[in-house]
Amino acid sequence: MLKKALIGAVALTALTAAQAQAQYSENKIKIGVLTDLSGTYSDLAGKGAVLAAQMAVEDFGGKVNGVPVEIVSADHQNKADIASSIARKWYDAEGVDAIAELVTTAAAVAVREVSKEKGKIDLVSGAASTPLTNDKCSPTGFHWTYDTYALANGTANAVVKTGGKSWYFLTADYAFGHNLQAQTERVVKANGGEVKGAVKHPFPNSDFSSFLLQAQSSGAQIIGLANAGADTINAIKQAKEFGITQGGQSLAGLLVFITDVHSLGLETAQGMMLTTGYYWNRDDETRAWSKRWSAKMDGKMPSMVHAGTYSSVMHYLKALAAAKTDDGVKVADQMRALPIKDASGFAVNGKIRADGRMVHDMYLAQVKKPSESKGPWDYYNIVRTIPGDDAYQPLAESTCALVKK
Amino acid sequence: MMTLFGIPTAALFGQLLLGLINGAFYAMLSLGLALIFGLLNIINFSHGAQYMMGAFVAWLGLTYLGANYWVALALAPVIVAAFGIVLERTMLSRLYKLDHLYGLLLTFGLALIIEGFFRQLYGISGMPYAVPKELAGGWNLGFMYLPIYRAWVVFASLVLCVGTWLLIEKTKLGAYLRAATENPALVQAFGINVPVMITLTYGFGVALAAFAGVLAAPIYSVNPLMGSNLIIVVFAVVVIGGMGSIMGSIVTGFMLGILEGLTKVVYPEAAGTVIFMVMVIVLLIKPAGLFGKGA
Amino acid sequence: MTSQSVTTAAAASSGPSRQTIFVGILLVLALAAPFAVYPVFLMKGLCFALFAAAFNLMLGYVGLLSFGHAMFFGWSAYITAHAAKEWGLTPEIAILLGTFCAAGLGAVVGWLAIRRQGIYFAMITLALAQLMYFVALQAPFTHGEDGIQGVPRGHLFGLIDLSDTMNMYYFVLAVFVLAILFLYRVVHSPFGQVLKAIRDNEPRAISLGYQVHRYKLIAFIISAGLSGMAGSVKSLVFQLASLADVHWHASGEVVLMTLLGGVGTIFGPTAGAYLVVTIQNYFASAGSWVTIIQGFIFVVCVLAFRAGIVGVFAPWLKKRGIEA
Repeated sequence: MLKKALIGAVALTALTAAQAQAQYSENKIKIGVLTDLSGTYSDLAGKGAVLAAQMAVEDFGGKVNGVPVEIVSADHQNKADIASSIARKWYDAEGVDAIAELVTTAAAVAVREVSKEKGKIDLVSGAASTPLTNDKCSPTGFHWTYDTYALANGTANAVVKTGGKSWYFLTADYAFGHNLQAQTERVVKANGGEVKGAVKHPFPNSDFSSFLLQAQSSGAQIIGLANAGADTINAIKQAKEFGITQGGQSLAGLLVFITDVHSLGLETAQGMMLTTGYYWNRDDETRAWSKRWSAKMDGKMPSMVHAGTYSSVMHYLKALAAAKTDDGVKVADQMRALPIKDASGFAVNGKIRADGRMVHDMYLAQVKKPSESKGPWDYYNIVRTIPGDDAYQPLAESTCALVKK
Repeated sequence: MMTLFGIPTAALFGQLLLGLINGAFYAMLSLGLALIFGLLNIINFSHGAQYMMGAFVAWLGLTYLGANYWVALALAPVIVAAFGIVLERTMLSRLYKLDHLYGLLLTFGLALIIEGFFRQLYGISGMPYAVPKELAGGWNLGFMYLPIYRAWVVFASLVLCVGTWLLIEKTKLGAYLRAATENPALVQAFGINVPVMITLTYGFGVALAAFAGVLAAPIYSVNPLMGSNLIIVVFAVVVIGGMGSIMGSIVTGFMLGILEGLTKVVYPEAAGTVIFMVMVIVLLIKPAGLFGKGA
Repeated sequence: MTSQSVTTAAAASSGPSRQTIFVGILLVLALAAPFAVYPVFLMKGLCFALFAAAFNLMLGYVGLLSFGHAMFFGWSAYITAHAAKEWGLTPEIAILLGTFCAAGLGAVVGWLAIRRQGIYFAMITLALAQLMYFVALQAPFTHGEDGIQGVPRGHLFGLIDLSDTMNMYYFVLAVFVLAILFLYRVVHSPFGQVLKAIRDNEPRAISLGYQVHRYKLIAFIISAGLSGMAGSVKSLVFQLASLADVHWHASGEVVLMTLLGGVGTIFGPTAGAYLVVTIQNYFASAGSWVTIIQGFIFVVCVLAFRAGIVGVFAPWLKKRGIEA
């Protein structure tokens, strides 16, 4: 396998010297979708993300400059070591050119290290933490869909401005949770609020009773949930069980996906403020794309991670075509140069910065009351559009080495 | 706000109460384990998986057959126990003549198979199981809001534990069981069917685990890993209580749940570790366990 | 017994012994393998083979089943990863540091656990490993769920760049061979004979005047140290040390590898390790199937195949003068 690759590469290099034709190693393009297929985040990412990537390939025509594109996928089970070894194997032995999705910060960072070392492209959609565009940034690494800074700017800002001044955090005990808590604390304090305390819970976790009790006894107005997926759902459900809201406290879900709202039901989730990078029911374009995705996903509707995966893979394919090579650095340059627009309606006003951050409009949404919803998955009222430059961390503040100061 | 040792009493009592509830699960599970080990000398590593199966049978029953919680509580232990008995008859019984470690390894392998199978079918995020209407709601105790369901869990487990203890220690059946494991040949000579006793004991231990699983379903969400998260802690409880002692595992289970709750108030990060630290201390001072009778 | 030694003596007198040829063939295969098979896969196999071989010292030769060996494997990985990344130590020193720490941990754990036998020993090691797992979870330097990432492979002795996969492979192979040789010497030394005596009949060994606890403890320390060495090397191969290495599933996996390969054989653990790593590799994209298959292998091995792969062939090979 390795030998064939070597011979192939040599032959290809010889050919390249003679012609200026598009050259892709082994005459095949492979994109790997590395995601959580069976765990806490499998609904908001998982199979749906693999489908989104496949849709991007199909919509692009299945080939780049005549070379066929293949999608492979694997389950990293939210573990850094599994993600790392799959990425390594894909790059070394299976000719994968780029890896997409990558929910769970620990896994994304692990793959980012491997990708950086090998000069390959990673298109992070699912993971949220800001280090990906700060000290862990890479010339071939992109953070596409959202991040904790934007979430805090959206949700926390809105909650504090509507009166939620004292906060207590329930935080998933890993990089993402810590990062989300830190970003939110920053916004709360900047708006004159106070942080009464925090408690870290194991990731993943199913019993939040003791943590909720601590939150309750803190007396804070707002219990900030610095977690995601099944953890958020369980925490909200159990808060209801323990009568937290009857006691006068409110829950602020700092990262909530439409799949979470679906699990909770509008009865429980109504009124919740959240920040999202995509809403399927926003306009005709998003509706059309989402219905196509939904047809293959049992009538579910896509989350921002699904749309982001489609968008990032589509843009990668365009860059591949323009660069006429699969060399990571050259394709990355093309990605930064080309305008971002695709059928999903994701990435409105999108542009890629030097730190790898894809900046685009974000939306502040509020979950509808059951009476307001006109049908299944019609869950959000878009309260306000947050322009990308307002939502994301200013480039000047990034600690990424690639940003020229 | 009142404080006790610098900790607000509301928080303290709240956590202790929650700890008591966790302790109820530890007690039920270690009871089944202690029973199987004490009477059969098998370390049933698949105990956690069987607990999980109990919860899943309840969920499956509700989703596909509309069987409510109470039906599940009665039937799930029977169904899972039947499964356990099949395991015992076909596989475990072959290992009685060998080193007990093989029983441990076999049940470990079975646990992997069962958990892997459920994981493959259902992922790990957990299936929601609603609290039964009869037990919904809660009481406002002043220092905390206690959901009725959780109070029921404590009550049910106490009844179960005490009942089992009475069965084993005070009834004729229990006496036969204890005799059969001390000296199987002699008891067989008396005309008592020892293999059947052993099989029934294993089945009963498994049923206890499954019962705990049904009780857990509304609280901990039904997911394939719920057992493997608990099983190691339960082993520690059994070791601390004394590996064959039924009373030991019941008392230790509740005590350790409360201790864990206390730790959550004072030093939350250590809550997971405190049980193992106690285990090390107990092993150093009284190796047979708090209620054990010789190593 | 006598006929066997005659055969080996006869074989020895006519050139290299069958044992040497057998080992020689394995060595040649090992040297050539990275040209045909993905080297990172081979290295993973070697690390786990060493781990299993170290574990086998306790199970096969002392007769004690430890269910907590992951604590040595994983903690050593963390220490080496930290040393290489934060302190910039060269790989060989980082590995030695990790090994030494694992041996130290082994001394403490061994001292606590050795007093017990059989099931109790297994339970104690399991619980102590859980304790170490929680410490790993909380200790800031391990970075909890994220693990220590981006561990530099460094330059061996300051000269050889281990970022080159082939260099790394031969280094790992060298470490593995040296460690196996060491284990072989331990097992075949007078010390090893006493261990086997203790395994077969402890009361008799005590009555013969042997300080049984001391022997068991030393064996445990060696086992822990070499398990640590395996973990250290693995952290450099994958440039990552994570909680998975200290989790009790890893302890269970090493038991599986040893059982499958053949308890109490020299090459059994290696065979078992490679088989398990291959299964993991093959079914990696299928998630839970790996667990199911591992469980299945456990069950089959315990019920019908207790000798393990190499164990099944061992008597046949022994008659031909080869010790496997």
